[in-house]
Amino acid sequence: MSWFPASAPHAHAPDSVPRIMGLVLAAAAPALFCGVALFGWPALNLLLVTVITCLLCEAACLRLGGKPPRLFLGDGSAALTGVLLAMSLPPWAPWWVGAVGGVFAIVVGKQVFGGIGQNLFNPAMLARVMLLVSFPVEMTLWLEPRPLFSSQAPGFLEGLAITFGGIPNIDAVSGATVLSHLRTELGLSRELGQILPGRYQPGLAGVGWTGGSAGETSDLLILFGGLWLLWRRAITWQIPVAMLLAVLVLSGGLHLADPRRFAGPEVHLLSGGLMLGAFFIATDPVTSPTTKLGQLIFGAGCGALIYIIRVWGGYPEGVAFAVVLMNAATPLIDHYARPRIYGRTWRGQSRPVPERAKHRAVGSGETE
Amino acid sequence: MKLFDFWGGVHPAGQKHWSAERPIELLPMPARLYVPLQQHTGRSALPVVAIGEKVGKGQLLGREQGGVSASVHAPTSGKVVAIGNFTAPHASGLPLPTVIVESDGEDRWVEREPPPDPFTLEPEQVAARIGAAGVVGMGGANFPAALKLDKARQAKVHTLAVNGAECEPYMTCDDRLMRERAEQIVDGVRLMLHALQAPRAVIAIEDNKPEAVARLRAACQEDRNLAIAVVPARYPAGSAKQLIQLLTGLETPAGGRGTDTGVLVHNVGTAYAVHRALRLSHPLISRIVTVTGDAVAQPQNLEAPIGALVDDLLAFCGGAPAAARLLMGGPMMGQPLPGAQVPIVKGTNGILALTAAAARLTVEPSPCIRCGRCVDACPMGLMPLEMSKRTRCDDLDGALDFGLIDCISCGSCAYVCPSHIPLVQYFEYARGVLEARQRAEQKAKETRRLLERHQARLAREEQAKADAAARRRAEKEQAKAKTKAGAAA
Ligand code: SF4
Ligand code: SF4
Repeated sequence: MSWFPASAPHAHAPDSVPRIMGLVLAAAAPALFCGVALFGWPALNLLLVTVITCLLCEAACLRLGGKPPRLFLGDGSAALTGVLLAMSLPPWAPWWVGAVGGVFAIVVGKQVFGGIGQNLFNPAMLARVMLLVSFPVEMTLWLEPRPLFSSQAPGFLEGLAITFGGIPNIDAVSGATVLSHLRTELGLSRELGQILPGRYQPGLAGVGWTGGSAGETSDLLILFGGLWLLWRRAITWQIPVAMLLAVLVLSGGLHLADPRRFAGPEVHLLSGGLMLGAFFIATDPVTSPTTKLGQLIFGAGCGALIYIIRVWGGYPEGVAFAVVLMNAATPLIDHYARPRIYGRTWRGQSRPVPERAKHRAVGSGETE
Repeated sequence: MKLFDFWGGVHPAGQKHWSAERPIELLPMPARLYVPLQQHTGRSALPVVAIGEKVGKGQLLGREQGGVSASVHAPTSGKVVAIGNFTAPHASGLPLPTVIVESDGEDRWVEREPPPDPFTLEPEQVAARIGAAGVVGMGGANFPAALKLDKARQAKVHTLAVNGAECEPYMTCDDRLMRERAEQIVDGVRLMLHALQAPRAVIAIEDNKPEAVARLRAACQEDRNLAIAVVPARYPAGSAKQLIQLLTGLETPAGGRGTDTGVLVHNVGTAYAVHRALRLSHPLISRIVTVTGDAVAQPQNLEAPIGALVDDLLAFCGGAPAAARLLMGGPMMGQPLPGAQVPIVKGTNGILALTAAAARLTVEPSPCIRCGRCVDACPMGLMPLEMSKRTRCDDLDGALDFGLIDCISCGSCAYVCPSHIPLVQYFEYARGVLEARQRAEQKAKETRRLLERHQARLAREEQAKADAAARRRAEKEQAKAKTKAGAAA
């Protein structure tokens, strides 16, 4: 018998870090498959590149740091980073974009800070920001969906060639996302009424039939995955709801004020990486606040920043920038958004019972 | 009845099925009983028997010292064979002064007067009788009940909340007591109301005990001063602070008492003990103990004499050979025991014997992923992750700043932590260090005070000597002057 006097509790919820990471991976799978189906083999190749790079880097860093690789690799966090990174890259990006991103995400984004739980920034988003700044051409290589096994889709070998050898005729394939199209056209001072029709179909965009990153186009599947995560309690509702609400309110308000210049909320909610960001990226526990209030502030901040960057910033899409910026604000939010302690005021003083409430009747005679 | 809500909390698996359907059985009187003189918060009782003395059942063994203290009585008739140190039911395994009684097998009561009708007594007298019977809070608080009643009466409490929530997993002793002895509990509640001079009582029971609810409801049907509150099963609904919040929506002020909210919380087991003390003149010498856990051959509820060894109880339940961890109490807040050779005490609601798998002894903690689950689960509004982080780097003031002293050690945070971090252990450690620091400070202060007093005395003596010398000198001068003057005259 071991009588080591460890303290209570001796019961535990059936929960663990690998379980949480596994749930998130499972929830991301449908949107990911959809991305592969829409954009063909190159998307799958890229996914494998990022995931394998992330796992290798994690293993190498753990070895260097003298931590047991088995225990930590098994937590699934590195694989998740790889998946989220692949989901936010252009599907036909060359292999080295994925590899550089993966190395950066794990080494600079995570292990330099001390490994899981210690990093300030979301590793995948930090890597995406770095890639976008460093390789603007490769990172804006958008194309219209070409479903796997359809006539325009590249075959398996062609796919390998695209990922590892480069795209033979870039101009023939590249297009623009709705958001980047909007930005260019608005920049030419054209009005929304002329820009959007023909380019944008909310219904199609909702199921993913639109240009964009490998895993962020199918808002419907992402939403399902996110709701499932909420239901399984792997994430909490505060961040996604606050984030989507912030975008909804800002885009709705400005659209009402000037419908010719500002696209409506349906465009903003169903374009780019907003859905993926709201349910899968901003909800990363490590880099978001730990209190409910903090999470609401964090989510609203992400949403507002995304909208601001999209409309007034230098890039057509702002999810990664917004998340990274709010990550930086997280310690501050956590410092100020503490819960009130039982029996104390917000300022920490003992909280007297209100004189009137002292005589509050409890169960005045009737049962139930 | 209108209920409020408490913050946070968790839903651990109830695990009550092991023993909930087992009626209370009487534990055969063990050959020897080990009655610790301190089974309560406060000062230890002073032994009033001598080695070799014959005692009757219910005879006083140790008298309370006054202040916060409680008496202990002989659980059966027999002979006092030793008064000495014996392992206490505590993780530290430190010994406590204990009276060891060898049973003579007759279980013969000491001479007692028939009890008067308690309702003809003054409230103070009722409380005094409860005190004389050695009744302490039986939900694990172990605070002398009479003192608590007196203080609450003086604070003009308007409601007695009787705690039958029993939110700890595995524990079923209160459930069985409520099912089988509802009338006695209700009588005890009425007696406590009399001692309190309070108008009403609410008996709070978690909704996972429908039979207990039905029995108690039937038992207090006619009484308009008594109500049953069926509270949703959520841990820690049975913690006094949370129960008050649940029933009134009020919070016990930090550093204050529960009675500041006008509510006094007592356990159903205490109500039962009060009934026995006043109606039968039975001191608190036995209690209901749930013996359970996946390592116990036959989990059940026992009525066991105080001072019986955990080993006696386990043996009666078929033994627990596979136990990897023995706890006194439930899995959430129970104390790990140093072994089975320790006595059960007045506050022992259960013995939990778990196998290594159930106690999760092999689970390794991993780094905190800041998921915030612990913050959500904390019923006190604390941030356990920050407290543990600061404790780990010995920044105890930082931990205090995050509310370490407000932590009630309920274990909800550690229960939900996906990284399996032993958060409560960090807090206990921090509290231990802080207490040691406080004691050291106290000691330094005391030494300084004594030193200063010593110096002051020395200075005073010096001064007195000087004064006396001066006086003598002055007198001498005076006398000289007088003689001179006389001579001159
Ligand atoms: S043990 Fe303390 S910190 Fe943890 S949940 Fe309970 S009160 Fe909160
Ligand atoms: S529950 Fe555990 S992992 Fe999550 S924030 Fe709290 S201490 Fe960290």
